[in-house]
Amino acid sequence: MKMTRSMVLVSSDPISIQLGAQEVFQALQEQIKAFGLEEEISLTMVGDVGRHDALPLVIVYPEAVIYGPVTPEKVPYLVEEHLYKGRIAEELVASVRELSGRIAWLHARKGTLPAEQRIVLRRAGIIDPTSIEDYILNDGYTALGKVLTSMTPQEVIEEIKKSGLRGRGGAGFPTGTKWGFVAREKSEKKYIICNADESEPGTFKDRLILEGDPHSMIEAMAIAGYAVGADEGYIYVRGEYLLAQERLKKAIQDAREMGFLGKNIFGTDFNFEIHIHAGAGAYICGEETALIESIEGKRGQPRSRPPYPTTHGLWGKPTVVNNVETLANIPPIINNGADWYRSFGTPSSPGTKVYTVLGNVNVTGLIEVPMGITLREVIAIYAKGMKNGSNFKLAQTGGSSGSIIPASLQDTPMDFDSYTKAGVSLGSGALLICDEDTCVVDLAKVLLNFFRVESCGKCNPCRIGTQRAWEMLDKISKGQASLSDLDKLAELSENLYMLSNCGLGQTAGTPLRDILNYFRAEVEAHIRLKVCPAGVCKMEELIPLS
Amino acid sequence: MSVETKSREKILEVVNAAIEKFGAKQEELIPILNEVNRQLGYIPTEAMEEISRRLKEPKSSLFGVASFYHMLSTKPRGRHVIQFCESAPCHVVGGREVFESLKEELGLEPNETSPDGKWTLITTSCLGVCSVGPVIVIDEDIYGNVDARKVPEILARYE
Repeated sequence: MKMTRSMVLVSSDPISIQLGAQEVFQALQEQIKAFGLEEEISLTMVGDVGRHDALPLVIVYPEAVIYGPVTPEKVPYLVEEHLYKGRIAEELVASVRELSGRIAWLHARKGTLPAEQRIVLRRAGIIDPTSIEDYILNDGYTALGKVLTSMTPQEVIEEIKKSGLRGRGGAGFPTGTKWGFVAREKSEKKYIICNADESEPGTFKDRLILEGDPHSMIEAMAIAGYAVGADEGYIYVRGEYLLAQERLKKAIQDAREMGFLGKNIFGTDFNFEIHIHAGAGAYICGEETALIESIEGKRGQPRSRPPYPTTHGLWGKPTVVNNVETLANIPPIINNGADWYRSFGTPSSPGTKVYTVLGNVNVTGLIEVPMGITLREVIAIYAKGMKNGSNFKLAQTGGSSGSIIPASLQDTPMDFDSYTKAGVSLGSGALLICDEDTCVVDLAKVLLNFFRVESCGKCNPCRIGTQRAWEMLDKISKGQASLSDLDKLAELSENLYMLSNCGLGQTAGTPLRDILNYFRAEVEAHIRLKVCPAGVCKMEELIPLS
Repeated sequence: MSVETKSREKILEVVNAAIEKFGAKQEELIPILNEVNRQLGYIPTEAMEEISRRLKEPKSSLFGVASFYHMLSTKPRGRHVIQFCESAPCHVVGGREVFESLKEELGLEPNETSPDGKWTLITTSCLGVCSVGPVIVIDEDIYGNVDARKVPEILARYE
């Protein structure tokens, strides 16, 4: 690596690009040249850096100063002040200085901020995602080299089992066990699928990994392929994630040229190929069997399970389907060992979890923290408190299939088992934090609207149930419901859970159950008093004045 | 409605190019339909018939696929398609007001196309840029932190 005095990073997530990150990058290039500094300063477009309040951002190391929003007009001033004269360009420093990721870590070393624990995001926002060299310089492809040259497939699976890694797509199934199921199948052909159809509302952790560190997917999939005996993989990327698709394409091409994909990888007899398959906009394709149908070129409707994909997956062959975040954990586990991995998180849920922190809080964005921290800690430490000093009312986890977490559960450790015990779910890692201006009926209505739109229509309980539930919530929000409707809602939630074919329908009733469990008084106020306590729902029927 | 429909030659040209690019295999059906949709703005019946013939797939199953995915349209759309995110994270930070403003500025309800063929307004589920909600997407441009008052200015950028 070339030694440089300063490292300048420009954020390049879709919003930054929309706001002119490319132009800022060019202006920086020109100015650095104009000052004759090109030998001393490295300039890189990096992925999403995990904070989104002053885009596009320019970050200068080693001082770790964050500038934003930066426009091309402001670049000469920035370059002259900071890079030429060595002073911090005060006028451009981003207003909220609390940050996530590597930057937070650097600040934490100075004792100013709590640190995150970054494992899967350790490279995102630091390296140039379009450069395979950058990836290799940051320990890239070492884990693949290690498994191919010094481990048997069985040893790889044992190591993953020992690490206790559980699927990060929402269900929390042990990854090593899943690999074991596929490994023991006797089949000529097996497949590895990377589920990058991230579409849980409020979740964009996978996008960040794909955009910021695409090679980690390739490496992890090849390791999985070696472990289970597969020589072909598919990355199913959400259709809307254009930048991620572009970066993955480039990464696959580069990996192929460098010999990390293709035939005889690392001089062994292991072969592996990866294809990208872009979705076309359907939430249900995140369900693994629907995803498989979609790769096969059909409507993305879930299959009946069993048989599971581990025995009958893509084109009827044994298939591993893993979420992006799950896969991103694989290379570090291989490199550092299962015991190292188990030193993070809780005994039953080792490792870290990436959360997207959203809603009525001061700092939104992405954090990676050990499993088992509490909601209260997330809000106080990482989100810097509620916006405008408002009060925390509830958090909605894991997109629409998550739970509504009332304030009374904000001290429950966030890991798979503690949450299950408390009767709620961690979901896919979104934390939509709401204050008292949020009406639970209105929120549930938005969530059910999502399900009724996204229901694939294959099974009746889900297709009809989600529609009826939305209609009932609509009635409640207009002050036209009766108390007996609440019993019907509870029954509907139960039926959705018991009778639906796949996870979408089964979890669609969760918001109904949660609002009746934790916020019944507020729901009843809409019916008994025809009043929305949060002042959100427009009641069409007003109480007549006598 | 003066929404532009495409000539048969143009349609066949686009379909040919798409099949050439991905190959005439069933597993490439969605990428092919996606490509045609991107080039033409929608998937005309003629395109469906041609793809059906070339891939040896029944028209019914083709229509089944084309109507299943949100990003594919079987009807002509306006020159610019506005997607409004209606999921919870955008909703709780002011999405409702933005949607009202959009509908008012455009004079459209969801899934409608303006009479001059300029705009089509659709609602969509989460687009994965939630930390800058409310979010709207016009064609392939993403706008974050949209304020109801900013809507007219954003719309004015499009011809």
